[in-house]
Amino acid sequence: MSDTAAIELVGVHKDFLSHGDTVQAVKPTDLAVGQGEFFSLLGPSGCGKTTTMRMIAGFEEPSGGTVFLDGNDVTGVAPHKRDVNMVFQSYALFPHLTAYQNVAFGLERKKVAKDEIRRRVGEMLEIVSLTGMEKRSPREMSGGQQQRVALARALVNGPRALLLDEPLGALDLKLRQQMQIELKRIQREVGITFVYVTHDQGEALTMSDRIAVMEGGRIDQLGTPREIYEKPATRFVAGFIGTSNLLDGSVDSISGGVALLVFAPEEKVLVPVPPSVTDGTKLEISVRPEKIDLSRDAPAAADCSVLTGTVREVVYHGTSTNYTVRTSAGADLVVFDQNAYSAEDLAGPGDRVYLTWSPQHSYPIGVRP
Amino acid sequence: MRILRAYTWLVIAWLTLPVLVMIVFGFNDTPGRYNQTWDGFTLKWYGKVFALDELTKALVVSLVVAVLTMLIAGALGTGIGYALGRYRFRGSGTINLIMFATMSSPELVMGASLLTLFVSLGVGLGAATITIAHVMFSISFVAVVVRARVLTLDRSIEEAAADLGANGWTTFWRVTFPLILPAVGSGMLLAFALSIDDFVVTNFTAGTTTTFPLWIWGATRVGLPPQVNVMGTLIFLVGVLIAVGTTIRARSHRAG
Repeated sequence: MSDTAAIELVGVHKDFLSHGDTVQAVKPTDLAVGQGEFFSLLGPSGCGKTTTMRMIAGFEEPSGGTVFLDGNDVTGVAPHKRDVNMVFQSYALFPHLTAYQNVAFGLERKKVAKDEIRRRVGEMLEIVSLTGMEKRSPREMSGGQQQRVALARALVNGPRALLLDEPLGALDLKLRQQMQIELKRIQREVGITFVYVTHDQGEALTMSDRIAVMEGGRIDQLGTPREIYEKPATRFVAGFIGTSNLLDGSVDSISGGVALLVFAPEEKVLVPVPPSVTDGTKLEISVRPEKIDLSRDAPAAADCSVLTGTVREVVYHGTSTNYTVRTSAGADLVVFDQNAYSAEDLAGPGDRVYLTWSPQHSYPIGVRP
Repeated sequence: MRILRAYTWLVIAWLTLPVLVMIVFGFNDTPGRYNQTWDGFTLKWYGKVFALDELTKALVVSLVVAVLTMLIAGALGTGIGYALGRYRFRGSGTINLIMFATMSSPELVMGASLLTLFVSLGVGLGAATITIAHVMFSISFVAVVVRARVLTLDRSIEEAAADLGANGWTTFWRVTFPLILPAVGSGMLLAFALSIDDFVVTNFTAGTTTTFPLWIWGATRVGLPPQVNVMGTLIFLVGVLIAVGTTIRARSHRAG
C-alpha cells in the first residue's frame, strides 16, 4: 500500500514533557490514507487528532516513526517544503492582503508566472463561489466567505493532500451544514485527498469516506461511517458516535452463529457472534436506539430480542420521539421512534413496555473474530 | 457634570499651558537677550530661526543622533521584541529582566556608568558615544512595544505562510513584518522622542559636542534667545502632525 497511499504514518508517536513526566499525546500509530479519499480524524479534544494532523503538515516533529507523502519519507522535512496544504481552525488569513493576494500567496512562492497565477486564482475563486470578491480584505468578509478564501488559498496550490483542522467550528449551524455539502462537492471537483479533523461526529459521518476515531492518543477504530456506526469496536466508539445502548450479559447458548442471552423468562437478546465466542463468554452488546421497537403489547415474533421495562422519560424531538426505558436486564435503553406514523406517544412515563429488535441489530463490542 | 467639565479643562490647561507659553514667546518682539516679558507680536524670529550658528549646529547634531538612534534601536529592538514575543528560549527571562532594569534605572546612574565605561575603554566622547548611549536606553522601549504586538498575533498566520511554501525569511518580511509595522513605527517614534530631548545621559557622554538640549541648558544662564522657542514650536508641530496623521490613517483603516 505504501507506494500508492497519499499519506502513510508508520509507528508515528508524539511525546510531550509535562511537569517532568512524559505524556504520549499520540501513541504509536499506523495509518494509510488513500488517493482522493475524504478521511476524517474524529475524537474529543485532547485525543491527539490535531497533533496527528500537525505531524503530517510538519508543524510538529514525531518523537518516533515515519511520515510518508506519496511514498516519500518526509519525516523532518520543513512545512514549507511539504506538498500538503492546511486550512486552519482560525482560517489564519493574512489580514493585510486582499482575498486575491491571499489565494495567490502560495503560487507566488512557487514562482509561477503572473498570467498563470491570475488564471488559477480566478478559477479557484469561482470553484468556492467568491468571484467578484478579489479586492475585499478578510475583515470585510463574513465568516463563511473567509472560510472559502482559506479553502481556495490551500487548494489553488494543487497539494498532494489538503489538511483541514476543524474548519467549520466557528460557523453557525445553518452555514455549517451548507459548507459540509460544499466541501464534499469541492473535494469531488478537485479530486484531492482531504484529511479532516473534527470533534463533530455528525460532520464526520456525513462527509467522510473513512473515519479514524481517536481517543487518548490512539486510534480506537478505523472504518467507513457505516461500519463505525453499526459496528463500534469499543465502548468509547459506541458512546461517542451517536447514541448507543449497551447491555452486559453472558452467553447461554449458541446456535447457527447466533448467541442467546437470557435475562428473565421470555426476556432474551439474540446476537450474531464469531466462532471465538462460546457458552459463558461475557459480552457487551450495542443496540442503536432507532432499531428498537417499543410497544405496550407482547410481541408475536419469537426470533428477535425481547426485553421488558418501565418508561422513565418521553422527550418529543420533532422528527422523532425519544423514550428512556429502565429494563429488567438492568440497563437503561434509549429508543427513537420516528414520528412518521405515530400521531401520539406510544407510551407514557410509568408504563410497562416491550422492547424488540432483530438479531442483526445487536452487535458484540470488542470481540475478536 | 459641571465639576467634571471644569476638571477636564483644568487637566487640558495643565498639559498644554507650558507648550502654549513656549509657542507664544516665539512671537515675542523682545529687544534684548531676555525673552521673559511680552513686548509685542512679531514674526521676525521665524525668519531668523537659523541665525545663531551654534544653536543650529546643536540642533543638527540632535537630529542626526535622534534619527540614527531611531533606526538602530528600531532594528535591534524589533528583533528582540519579536524573539521575546514569539519564542521561549534559554535566557528569555533574563533578557526581559534586563530590559525592564534599563527602563527603570535612573538616568543619572546610567549616564555616570556610561561615562566610566567610555573613559576606561579610551573611546573619545562625541556624537558617536551619544548615539551609542541613546540606542542603549531606547532599545528596551522599542522591544516592549513590538513584543506586545507579537503576543497578540495569531501564531497560525505565520504557520499558514510556511504551509504555503514561504521560508522563514519570506514569512517574516511578507507576513509578520507588515502586521507588526504599526508597533515598530510607534517604537521608533518613541526612540526618536526619547533621544532628541535627552539631557542627563547626553551630558555625561557628549564630551565637547553640544546637542540642542545641552545648548539650551548652557544658554539659560545668560538668557534664552527666541529662536529656541521657534525651534521648540517646530519640533512640537512635527510631533502633532505625526500623531494626527496616524489617527486619521487608523480611522480610515477601520472605516474602509
